[in-house]
Amino acid sequence: MAYFLQQLINGVTLGSIYGLIAIGYTMVYGIIGMINFAHGDVFMVGAFIALIAFLALTTIGITAVPLALLLVLIIAMVLTAVWGWTVERVAYRPLRESFRLAPLITAIGMSIVLQNFIQIAQGARVKPLQPIVTGGYELFHQGSFSVIVSNIQILIVATTVLVMGAFWLLINRTELGRAQRACEQDRLMAALSGVDVDRTISLTFVLGAGLAAVAGLLYLLYYGVIDFFIGFVVGIKAFTAAVFGGIGSIPGAMLGGLIIGLIETFWSAYFTIEYKDVAAFSMLAIVLIFFPTGLLGRPEVEKV
Amino acid sequence: MRLADSGKTLGKKLSSALGDSLLAAIVAFALFSLVLGLRTVDSATGLTLEPRPALLATVVAIVFVGRLALNLFVWQTDYPLTRPFAKLFTSEPFETRDAVTLALAFVLGALGVAAGFLFTETLYGLIGALVLAFIGIGLLRRATVRTFPNLPYTQVFVAGGILFALFFPIVSYALESTFNLGLPLRYWFDLSILILTYVMLGWGLNIVVGLAGLLDLGYVAFYAVGAYTFALLATHFGLGFWICLPIAGAAAALWGIVLGFPVLRLRGDYLAIVTLAFGEIVRIILLNWTEVTGGPNGIAGIPKPTFFGLPFSPFAEGTTFSGFFGIHYDGLHALIFLYYVILVLALMTNLVTLRLRRLPVGRAWEAMREDEIACRSLGINTTVTKLSAFATGAMFGGLAGCFFATRQGFVSPESFTFIESAIILAIVVLGGMGSQLGVAIAAIVMVGGFEALRHTAGLQAIFGEEFDPALYRMLLFGLAMVAIMIWRPRGIVSSRAPTISLGDASAISGDLVRQGR
Repeated sequence: MAYFLQQLINGVTLGSIYGLIAIGYTMVYGIIGMINFAHGDVFMVGAFIALIAFLALTTIGITAVPLALLLVLIIAMVLTAVWGWTVERVAYRPLRESFRLAPLITAIGMSIVLQNFIQIAQGARVKPLQPIVTGGYELFHQGSFSVIVSNIQILIVATTVLVMGAFWLLINRTELGRAQRACEQDRLMAALSGVDVDRTISLTFVLGAGLAAVAGLLYLLYYGVIDFFIGFVVGIKAFTAAVFGGIGSIPGAMLGGLIIGLIETFWSAYFTIEYKDVAAFSMLAIVLIFFPTGLLGRPEVEKV
Repeated sequence: MRLADSGKTLGKKLSSALGDSLLAAIVAFALFSLVLGLRTVDSATGLTLEPRPALLATVVAIVFVGRLALNLFVWQTDYPLTRPFAKLFTSEPFETRDAVTLALAFVLGALGVAAGFLFTETLYGLIGALVLAFIGIGLLRRATVRTFPNLPYTQVFVAGGILFALFFPIVSYALESTFNLGLPLRYWFDLSILILTYVMLGWGLNIVVGLAGLLDLGYVAFYAVGAYTFALLATHFGLGFWICLPIAGAAAALWGIVLGFPVLRLRGDYLAIVTLAFGEIVRIILLNWTEVTGGPNGIAGIPKPTFFGLPFSPFAEGTTFSGFFGIHYDGLHALIFLYYVILVLALMTNLVTLRLRRLPVGRAWEAMREDEIACRSLGINTTVTKLSAFATGAMFGGLAGCFFATRQGFVSPESFTFIESAIILAIVVLGGMGSQLGVAIAAIVMVGGFEALRHTAGLQAIFGEEFDPALYRMLLFGLAMVAIMIWRPRGIVSSRAPTISLGDASAISGDLVRQGR
């Protein structure tokens, strides 16, 4: 029971990170109907920006943890958002009216570019960061096994809830959110009603990248080590989460993230850790084949 | 921001170009300030930062100047600087300004080649040679088209290419052994075997992606199945290459059907992601199922193919190749034989594809690529059509994998990562999906270009000693994938049009049909 509870806590933490990334996939898919294959690598770039910002702040003497965290969060979100914007502007916008698989192919190209750019600029070795948020609470213990919620896990879940809340308000209560939802339903009609479609799509990428940067920062704090290749596997798992929750649905992405995080954690805890990626990938195949609309998605009608 | 507005005054143009370039420079600064301007370095006390202001400034300046030049000379002008180069490949007459531009480019290219030879600056030499080759090929093409307008150029080109591929090893080997020129034959043969392997993989994937229109991101799984099938059969049962080759092909085809079956109902991009997942699952299983696959250590000691039972070795229990023919033993014989094996395999892939395209199943593939719903309503069984495409493509992947195993003598999961699938896919896409010639050219350019980057000592002089050009290969590769997709979405050599069609073929080509939207 205690072991189960501990895994549940770990799974929710991991799931929060996946959920944040999954939103980026689901929003882009909702609005332009493409899989932004490079989104996982935007997350990776966000994690690197956060790491470098931490080191830079330490160098100039800002070491108070809450202030440093806040500053890093802002820097990472802004700069990663610029990356997201650039990727859309360079690789996707010119192909908006092209055949369906064209943007997917440039997305794969962009993903290769981002990975190798970071590998060249920062080196291929794993980058460790000394623990910044330490400590935790012991909930209870059963025999020699104690269930611990660490402060970093609390921070991750709290940040995710906070960011998600702000994001929900943005989508449902603001002008931008309305334009975004309009473009999702019918791009042509939205344009006719005076919505700047190009700008809205750009902003979707900016928002997705911002959330990916939050996920990158949290990932960095949680695992304490990153490298240029983390974006690939995490990206696919987050995409699985987005599909699981119903692609195009934002609450679905969060729910899917939690479920994928839990599946992965429990698989590692009770079966074999070597095959945890196989579990996630098989999950993706099973979900896409048997429930292509996901948990909270709308069925997509294919028209001729 | 492409404002080719001829009504604008020069001042307005200049200021808008400057503003746009400044914006680009600011964005570049934001992008690169942290990830490029500061480098994380391992030190005794953990990670520290090493500022690189000069590099950051250089990159931002390159973005600014490049964007400004593009704005002034290409985008915001009535006569873009790129037009003379485009004209090279048409029959439009040249104007004086075209001739001047081309002559300037020619001189610059020649200077680059000269610098390459004089100062051993391979990079400049390479760029110069490319420019010269581009202009030269363009002029030659114009001249020949004007003189002989009715020659079947593609056929002549293809025949020339095949003849070259057939005779290149024998002729170069004969020259070398007669005159002792000191040619790097081993390197040439190794490289051409590598290129031909990718040509074959490209043609195999072309059946799935180019003809049937199913974007397969896990093609390398079938390559792996072929390689491991042979490796396991050879090491456990002592079977030879020629017996295992069809078995490997059949095993891969079977896997093609097994993996193809669940994804039948999926649409374009979902199918791509699921095939990617399958490819990764196969790799992870190969990596962790240590008892059978040797895990990360792989399987070593895979035998080389024999020439009708004659091994290529200096000493053997029976008769060797050199002993049987009474010639002096040379390690290159085995390599030349491998070259012909992969050449035959690749040409067989091509031949089968060309024949299949004329059969009902090939027609069905192309019809499915153009419009799946229309295809289904006309009574074509899309299940069988998709599975046959998957199985055929997978079979050729498996054959290539079997060849790969015997060439390397060693297989490990490292050779079958996603990036390998991406390279093969890029070859198909950049060559022009469905075009056999385009795929072959793309494979030569990609793999050959990669190889050329390995020999760019000149870059090290610019960027410092620790600069490793091999690292930049994948970066350039990704950039090329994006750039060519934007510049020519239908590939460098594009012939995606269906083999047969009613009336104007271009009217129903894939670009104009947008599925599901």
